[in-house]
Amino acid sequence: MADDLIFQPAAALAALLAARKISAVELLQAFAARTAAVDGRVRAFNSRDEAGALVLAAAADARRAAGQSRGPLDGIPVGFKDVIAVAGQPLTCSSRMLANFVSPYDATVTTRLKAAGAIPWGRLNLDEFAMGSSTENSAFGPTANPWDLTRVPGGSSGGSAAAVAAGETPLALGSDTGGSIRQPAAFCGLVGLKPTYGLVSRYGLAAFASSLDQIGAIAHTVGDAALLLGAIAGYDERDSTSFRVEIPDYREELAQRPGPWRLGVPKEFFGAGLDPEVGAAVRAAIEYYRQAGCEIREVSLPLTAEHAIAVYYLIATAEASSNLARYDGVRYGHRSAAATDAIDLYARSRAEGFGEEVKRRIILGTHVLSSGYYDAYYLRAQKVRTLIRGEFLRVFADCDALLSPTAPTAAFRLGEKVADPLAMYLNDIYTIGVNLAGLPAISIPCGFTTGGLPIGLQVIGQPFQEARLLAIAQAYEQGHGWSQRHPAL
Amino acid sequence: MNPEPEFNIEYVANLARLALTEAERRQFSRQLGDILHYVEKLKQVDVAGVEPMAHASPVFNVWQADVARPGLPVGAALRNAPAQRDDQVVVPRVVE
Repeated sequence: MADDLIFQPAAALAALLAARKISAVELLQAFAARTAAVDGRVRAFNSRDEAGALVLAAAADARRAAGQSRGPLDGIPVGFKDVIAVAGQPLTCSSRMLANFVSPYDATVTTRLKAAGAIPWGRLNLDEFAMGSSTENSAFGPTANPWDLTRVPGGSSGGSAAAVAAGETPLALGSDTGGSIRQPAAFCGLVGLKPTYGLVSRYGLAAFASSLDQIGAIAHTVGDAALLLGAIAGYDERDSTSFRVEIPDYREELAQRPGPWRLGVPKEFFGAGLDPEVGAAVRAAIEYYRQAGCEIREVSLPLTAEHAIAVYYLIATAEASSNLARYDGVRYGHRSAAATDAIDLYARSRAEGFGEEVKRRIILGTHVLSSGYYDAYYLRAQKVRTLIRGEFLRVFADCDALLSPTAPTAAFRLGEKVADPLAMYLNDIYTIGVNLAGLPAISIPCGFTTGGLPIGLQVIGQPFQEARLLAIAQAYEQGHGWSQRHPAL
Repeated sequence: MNPEPEFNIEYVANLARLALTEAERRQFSRQLGDILHYVEKLKQVDVAGVEPMAHASPVFNVWQADVARPGLPVGAALRNAPAQRDDQVVVPRVVE
């Protein structure tokens, strides 16, 4: 029974719960047993609250027995990237700085998921403060890719992707600042959805780069991503960039949007640096859409292709240096025992608490914001950002969505890029423009390399057009069986 | 609009309140030199007359009603404080 459960989409588990074929307690126990069996090798979880989760599962069963089920997520376990607050649970950002931090309140997404009956049952590893593309920059050690334990799961939401891929949780929340949901989803053979900036509240998300961060879903299927998005999306007065927009029933919308669509293919995303096997799989997916009656147009995003990474690493590090100034060893977080005065307390606590990549980005961000450099770096990057968003919006005048690879390669080896930060940054080339422009995008599985590693197709949508984006992704998914393959662990 | 890609790591580390080791200073200087060299290419872009973009959400000047609401209780707010006494955070002396 348990083996049949752990790789089921959440929607299928919800149907089993609704039909009383299983209980939420049994479901939680199945995922807990699986996690106990494999997480020593995968290392996706930073912490788990099995006892608390069992109490919530029993409550979900009691509601269902009383005819008061809260809907399809009632009793479904959800893993949380360890940057999203759940009251009473640890929140570490995979940093020594927050090794002992316990959230005093719920993030808005947590409040909404709890109201839907979902069970926040564990904290998932990431690159420290979400800074990285491999989950190797974690103070708790790297997470492994369930498809090949010698490879990275991607990052920064690597724990979220690895946990779903390994059958340790049916759904997970991630956050995406430059590709941190989509790239790990691609590396782990999953669906990863980064919503439009402003659709999902950031209240209770530990801030990395506030103008780019967005919480989203990692799941086995497009339908599951739609289910999770529907539960977390919507206006929140506690996030001043939250947008007032009506939230449809995304799963119902999926069924009512049959296409065909006008799909753009940015020619610059198929150039040098793209692995031939990845390129072939993505081109085959594009051909599938063409055969299905979609109009495929070659489009051009020259500024994005040439400059998005440079713009991103100026803006993201500038915002990070400002956001992470709060970690000063005073009100919470690590405090150095060696400090002699206040300034020394800040400098030593931060030096002891932050890891290498975080320090590197704080230094870069501080430099680009400093007097004499602000105009040349930060302000200029913000202006090029305006041009990049305009470039996307112009292309969208003739396209419903864009198709591209999610990442230039399949999962790389643990340790392969740690010594070369710039090489690691370049891995984000196809995902970063989406964050700069504030667009929604999804990565879905579109094949495997000859070595058995998953390949991701990225679909980029128009702002707040998640329903159409999901429908386009599902049209491909329904013609293929990639999501039925699972890693042998 | 023509700063050198090189930068003074000690000056910046002090601004960032980061006590770096000598090895970190050397390593970051080299790596950030590479990155700053890479981002120099932004100078090729014509940005004359372009407005800077702070974020991508179509909302501006968000106001909230000025109404008192309960915040975190003191105990919860201090739960993660590294040192506390009498419902206050303890810090090193900042005045003589």
